[in-house]
Amino acid sequence: MKQFFAFVKKEFFHIWRDKKTMFILLGMPVVQIVIFGFALTNEVKNANIAILDNSKDAATASLTAELDASRYFVLEKNLVTYTQVNEEFKKGKIKLAIVFPQHFGEDLQHFNKAQVQIIADAADPNTANQLTNYANSVITDYQNRITNGKKLPYTINTEIRMLYNPQLKGAFNFVPGVMAMVLLLVCTMMTAITIVKEKEMGTMEIMLVSPMRPQMVVLAKAVPYLLLSTINITSILLLSVFVLEVPINGNLALLGFESILFTLVSLSLGLLISSGAASQQTAMFISLVGMFLPTVMLSGFMFPVENMPLPLRIISNIVPAKWYYNIVRSVMIKGVGLEVIWKETLILGGMMTFFLTMAIKRFKIRLA
Amino acid sequence: MRTLKFILRKEFRQIFRDPSILRVILIMPVIQLLILPWAADYEIKNIKLAVVDHDHSEYSRQLINKITSSHYFILTDYSSSYEHSLEKIEKDKADLVLQIPDHFEKDLVKEDEARLFIASNAINGTKANLGSAYLQNIIRDYNRVIRTEWIQYPRFSPETQIEVTSSNWFNPLMNYKYFMVPGILVILLTMVGTNLAAVNIVKEKEIGTIEQINVTPIRKYHFILGKLIPFWIMGLVILTIGLTIAGLAYGIIPKGSFITIYVFAAVYLLAVLGLGLLISTYSVNQQQAMLLSFFLMMIFILLGGLYTSIDSMPEWAKWITRFNPVSYFIEVMRMVVLKGSSLADIKYHLFAMLGFAAVFNSWAIISYRKRS
Repeated sequence: MKQFFAFVKKEFFHIWRDKKTMFILLGMPVVQIVIFGFALTNEVKNANIAILDNSKDAATASLTAELDASRYFVLEKNLVTYTQVNEEFKKGKIKLAIVFPQHFGEDLQHFNKAQVQIIADAADPNTANQLTNYANSVITDYQNRITNGKKLPYTINTEIRMLYNPQLKGAFNFVPGVMAMVLLLVCTMMTAITIVKEKEMGTMEIMLVSPMRPQMVVLAKAVPYLLLSTINITSILLLSVFVLEVPINGNLALLGFESILFTLVSLSLGLLISSGAASQQTAMFISLVGMFLPTVMLSGFMFPVENMPLPLRIISNIVPAKWYYNIVRSVMIKGVGLEVIWKETLILGGMMTFFLTMAIKRFKIRLA
Repeated sequence: MRTLKFILRKEFRQIFRDPSILRVILIMPVIQLLILPWAADYEIKNIKLAVVDHDHSEYSRQLINKITSSHYFILTDYSSSYEHSLEKIEKDKADLVLQIPDHFEKDLVKEDEARLFIASNAINGTKANLGSAYLQNIIRDYNRVIRTEWIQYPRFSPETQIEVTSSNWFNPLMNYKYFMVPGILVILLTMVGTNLAAVNIVKEKEIGTIEQINVTPIRKYHFILGKLIPFWIMGLVILTIGLTIAGLAYGIIPKGSFITIYVFAAVYLLAVLGLGLLISTYSVNQQQAMLLSFFLMMIFILLGGLYTSIDSMPEWAKWITRFNPVSYFIEVMRMVVLKGSSLADIKYHLFAMLGFAAVFNSWAIISYRKRS
């Protein structure tokens, strides 16, 4: 055991000596959680729109003003001809165009019925969908207002309550996601690289001839990063509570335990990658280029997993971040306890055991 | 010129000597490009709905039938206790709860007015918003059906109606892949390019071979160009492979011309490789370089406008995206591939990218020192 700690101490010196790396390691999560917490939201706001008003009457004017006043839209341009619509879309200046036909106001007055056309730039289908919905609801509101007074018979009123996140803040969704991503990638990459670095520099050989068991040599590498991650977890949680105002509704100890468990999964995965990679560059490519996008896209915080086609839903199960994201969301925001997330916890535990056994098994005592 | 030729020969030899890294660089993007675009579907469907029915009337049954026959909702729970359905939300077995109060049918018929309550899991705000909007639409339709059952409308309905027709241009089938595949290709290209360039010079520093280069009469710009050109060519190869996959696997053929894409990509690669080299000159070991490039990549990619819309970011974040090469390329790809924009349409993006390329590369050349 004393030997083991001597090795851990050595690793600490390594990290401590490289101040730049340490600074980035501890500063990166802080900067990222703040940037992403404030900047990322799935909601679409302030989209530029153009209006082609062929009618130019009081009704279209007030509808235009209302669209412009809503927080979703910014009136970028008033168009004159239909061909301009296409041009503006092509220049990428607008996301939505609204076309009022001739006699819009007259029709509305005389026949109680008028038409309006919404054209969305579906190059980004998600935004297009949402903007069309928003424009629709602005128009419906307007329509309800002119009907007001005349109370209609047989009306069903609906009341909507938004649970957990009444202000619909993006941070509630993205803090758990970014947490999963930062912890996973930093831990995996760093452990993978430090071990491969020793191989590359030749110092691994020196350690292998020491009386320590080779597996211990490798495990000692992971310990300092576990400690660094604990600091990162703490700073991320402090930031999200005090700066981003995302509450911790559940048990803090449980959240801490799960986070450390997830860190262990990432560290074991790093060890596994290091056992297969020959150069730092390969280790980096596998842990970064290979894992970054799958983590972003399959963990469920960008795209809901239940929407994916079946093969991908199955694949998403092997993404550790998916389970951790579920756990953080449940514990932190919904405030539930272990009785709800025991399955996720077991899976993470299983993954850790699997990665660790594989890593130790594949670890070569001899250098090629 | 002759010097450059020799350096290039050295660099290429170095790349091709390590087949394991070459394999990773070429295969990983291909696999990801084949798998990941399928995940990106933001259309909300299969929303899990729990119904709390206190009324148990003909009307409540009709309403539930109407909701479940739309393809948006799956009825996962039917009970008469609100607490029970909240538990379902806690366990992620339901996304939405529709509560039908006592006397719903009676109120509607006798009092002319009835209430319904919707509770939505709003951790993902968009999903909650869209889900409850769909549900409201269905309820409104149902309302209209009931109304016509009870009253005969006059020729012009008393209810003012603005008919909205909406059309989706450039991608009428709302195919998410048209939008994701080019975007993912851009991200892969950026990650491979920047990372390769970022660790390259540092590696020579770490191994010590940079000393040997420093004592030769090679000029600084020769050295940087020698590092740049091989990766630039590799980047274009990856782009070509990616575009082929987009065509063969997804049937995405750019509306605009390939020349536009390649011209922009050529300049873009110069910019990101320059950024990588810049990271490289400022780092002392590969670890630092990797961490730095990972840090920048994550910001560039997540703020690049592929996953969340740039318009909805706060002002300061929009300001960051103006210095984010990734967001320019994603926008250009979308414009050229889906809208058929020409070089003239993207000239602003192109000039911005030329600026990035010039700044990053000259900065890298200046900050590269021949002594340690």
